[in-house]
Amino acid sequence: MNLLSVSNLHVNFHLKGQDLAALIDVSFTLNRGERIAIVGESGAGKSILGFSIVNLVDKPGYIKSGSIKLQNKEITTMSLPQLQEVRGKRIAMIFQDPMMTLNPVLTIGVQLVEAIRSHTRISFKDAKNIAIEKLHSVQIASPEKRFNQYPHELSGGMRQRVIIATVLLLNPDIIIADEPTTALDVTIQAEIIQLLLDICRNNSMALLLISHDLGVVSRVAERTIVMYAGRVVEEGPTLEIINDPQHPYTQGLLNALPQMALPGQRLNQIQGSMPPLNERPSGCAFHPRCPYATDQCRQQQPSFIHSGVSTVACFMVEDMINDAHLDDDEESR
Amino acid sequence: MKYFKKDIIPPTPNSRWSHIWTGFIGDKLATLSLAIFVFYCFVAIFAPLLAPYNINNPNFMDLANAEIAPRWISGDSRFLLGTDAQGRDMLSVILYGTRLSLTIGVCAVLIQATLGICIGLISGYLGGRTDNFLMRAADIQLSFSTMMVAIVFLAIFQALFGMAMYQQLAMLMLILVIGLAEWPLFARTIRASVLAEKQKEYVDAARIMGISPKRIMFKHILPNTLTPVLVIFTVQISNAIVAEAALSFLGLGMPANDPSLGALISVGFSYMFSGSWWICVIPSVTLIILILVMNMLGDWLRDHLNPRTYKD
Amino acid sequence: MPTPLIQISHLEKSFTTNKSWFGQWQIDRGKIRRKKDSVHALNGVNLTINQGETLCVVGETGCGKSTLARVLMGLTPASSGEVHYQDQRIDHLNDRQRMLFRRRMQMVFQNPYASLNPRMTVYQTLSEPISFHNPQLSASQVDEKIHALLESVGISPSSMDNYPNEFSGGQRQRISLARALSVEPDFIIADEPLSALDVSVQAQVLNLMMDKQEERNLTYLFITHDLAVVEHFATRVAVMYLGRVCELASTSTLFSAPKHPYTKALLSAIPRLDNNTTQPIRLMGEVPTQMDKPIGCVFQARCPYANPRCYKESPEMIRQPDNSTVACHAVDEGRL
Repeated sequence: MNLLSVSNLHVNFHLKGQDLAALIDVSFTLNRGERIAIVGESGAGKSILGFSIVNLVDKPGYIKSGSIKLQNKEITTMSLPQLQEVRGKRIAMIFQDPMMTLNPVLTIGVQLVEAIRSHTRISFKDAKNIAIEKLHSVQIASPEKRFNQYPHELSGGMRQRVIIATVLLLNPDIIIADEPTTALDVTIQAEIIQLLLDICRNNSMALLLISHDLGVVSRVAERTIVMYAGRVVEEGPTLEIINDPQHPYTQGLLNALPQMALPGQRLNQIQGSMPPLNERPSGCAFHPRCPYATDQCRQQQPSFIHSGVSTVACFMVEDMINDAHLDDDEESR
Repeated sequence: MKYFKKDIIPPTPNSRWSHIWTGFIGDKLATLSLAIFVFYCFVAIFAPLLAPYNINNPNFMDLANAEIAPRWISGDSRFLLGTDAQGRDMLSVILYGTRLSLTIGVCAVLIQATLGICIGLISGYLGGRTDNFLMRAADIQLSFSTMMVAIVFLAIFQALFGMAMYQQLAMLMLILVIGLAEWPLFARTIRASVLAEKQKEYVDAARIMGISPKRIMFKHILPNTLTPVLVIFTVQISNAIVAEAALSFLGLGMPANDPSLGALISVGFSYMFSGSWWICVIPSVTLIILILVMNMLGDWLRDHLNPRTYKD
Repeated sequence: MPTPLIQISHLEKSFTTNKSWFGQWQIDRGKIRRKKDSVHALNGVNLTINQGETLCVVGETGCGKSTLARVLMGLTPASSGEVHYQDQRIDHLNDRQRMLFRRRMQMVFQNPYASLNPRMTVYQTLSEPISFHNPQLSASQVDEKIHALLESVGISPSSMDNYPNEFSGGQRQRISLARALSVEPDFIIADEPLSALDVSVQAQVLNLMMDKQEERNLTYLFITHDLAVVEHFATRVAVMYLGRVCELASTSTLFSAPKHPYTKALLSAIPRLDNNTTQPIRLMGEVPTQMDKPIGCVFQARCPYANPRCYKESPEMIRQPDNSTVACHAVDEGRL
């Protein structure tokens, strides 16, 4: 059974008298213990998707339609107390900047103990022991010393570890990690990624990783969802997406990586950039940048079709599949 | 939670002025305040044309007409707002008084702003010892209250050069004293903005090009620090007008024959309980409305130009 | 034999952290003394940048790579050491003497949202340096030059009266590059020019930089933390750690045979699309602060191969058989 299912989610922003669609018809499911990555460039709506799942879309944004179900319970219509229960215990969020979650004027120990004691009635001493144990389990060296330090005394990587420790305390079913390593150095990034992976595997937690870094994604996620201009354009197993991308945008994104070109040669760039919310083109939003765009792409939005194990929204892929079918038919005749 | 606003929608390519203007239209209170302020400015500029009597005319003062109540009480159609103890038409005197008060306020704040902006820019951009020296000077200046400095200074001037000389130069002296007393406010605000702007890479880029520090300060940094100045500017004008009124009230301001709103209130105050309340009340109301409007404009600008809500 | 364009020798830079004069007086064992706390951002950097090459400087946050750029550009004075441009020493010059070199050395910055003055149009941004350094040009000649420049970086000249906030991050970075190119420099320092950009836009900017290098025979000092970009773009790579260069090698040598333990860890940590089976080398602990000048090797605290000599003696850059230079006792002693 699906742990989380998002179907036909539309999120709009009401800005300057315009109603702008930030997320359009987003659907996906997340199973228990599964690790999914949402990939896209800035402006694709991937962060908004993360916030929408816990119904945290701030004004001027609002969920226009669609449903988000956590084990058959509808999140979009929940009352605030129910939502808080979900946000704390069922779904945890990790952000790019750990200081968004940590209180700068309290020691990390106090913050951890408070988190424990808000859910179970135990003494400070017991709570402290649990906290130190959790700090230890996220591989923080000398947790007793760190317990009494303030967030600003820790390095970025260490702070992110503390956040992961607080997440562990609540033992949620789903972790939503929004660019958790973007602000970190490569060596630290590798460690944090490994830690997240271990934690999800050991506690059978589901992970929704929001990232722009295909390298990180390929290391973590089993399935990948590629987003462009508020829509899902391709979804499939990560390996499949990386080795055999179907959508021209996914292809472009992968080909633009420096390791895809010979050293010293030009990179395969995609022209232009992601359109802002108020300038989204008609038809397939990618058509102005797409080398294969046709008149059909300019006018109509492609629907999802299955291509192998992936699902893609692209007329070109659709045509190719139809052609293949025709060929098959002809051959069989 | 927070989004980065630019992720959702790029900032609209509006200039600072059009941003302020579109905000104004949406806010009724702000529009009203602005309308009243514009009305005051209009009255101040065209006072000589609008006033029914010329206050510089020697016949203007006619004791035969002294202390006539406003028209709706006395029914005297010559004087809409009545006359004062010297028989001057209140409406004309108030129009000229508003003109004087606003002129003193604006000029004093212009001096404050010019001084403050230059000192703040230099202090923030050069940093180090210069910064230390200038900011300590600002602290010292601020530790004396404006009123105290003004009273001492004006009283000494009066004593040294005599009343006649003082009355001739009163306006200039008031502008100078109020102007010089409060520059640190501008200097500090500008310095804080400069320190923030100096960190930005466009300043480094200009330095790498070899652009002179003077040009970087005035051409590159200054335009980016003016937003908070606009807020203080409005609030300071009202403060300057109040300071002038207070000094006039204490007899250190404008002379009675060339009265500002404060001087009018001061003169009228002695008739407050003798039945001729209008001599004091009408200029007071005029002044209060002006100050209220300026402060509301300032508050509105501060809220609206808050860097958290306004980014470009 | 490559001709050196810029030579950096024994460059050091430290920042005083307790700036105020009053704050520097401390009571030390019953006596009042003046003590300056300082951070050592550069700890004796030796580098040569050759004409026409792309030298990439890689390192983590706080390794001093941005300080190196700022010292080279004269934005901050060096504490000691020398910088030579061709044959002339430039690190001690004052603003006026440096003017000659302003035209020849330029810089592109990291943050495209802060590196352009928000209150100047593209035209103003570009015309200022052009007319400043070429006062003999007429207004129409300046116009012509700006048109050509904008076209060459892929910005439509019709948008030159727009303010920076009307452009996307990638376009702004193009405009920044156009500004740097406007004075026709030989040498450009690019300080993390791609890190604020999206992947597809990164490729555009990187391509543009490579095109310009070919066109104008530019020399780049490219500062980055993204090793994938380095592998693609660099001629040689300098790996920095805590204000020191710990390995300097040609790109192919560095990526095929890294020698310094830090370089090895760094390379193993790049998330790659292929080959996901190798585990990254885990370094002990976190990057230490630069508060106190360390005795011995700067990498000692995190190095799995550190021996007593590493804690006492600072390693020198030693040339290896494959022409790379490495500062590591373990490599020198053949332990690694």
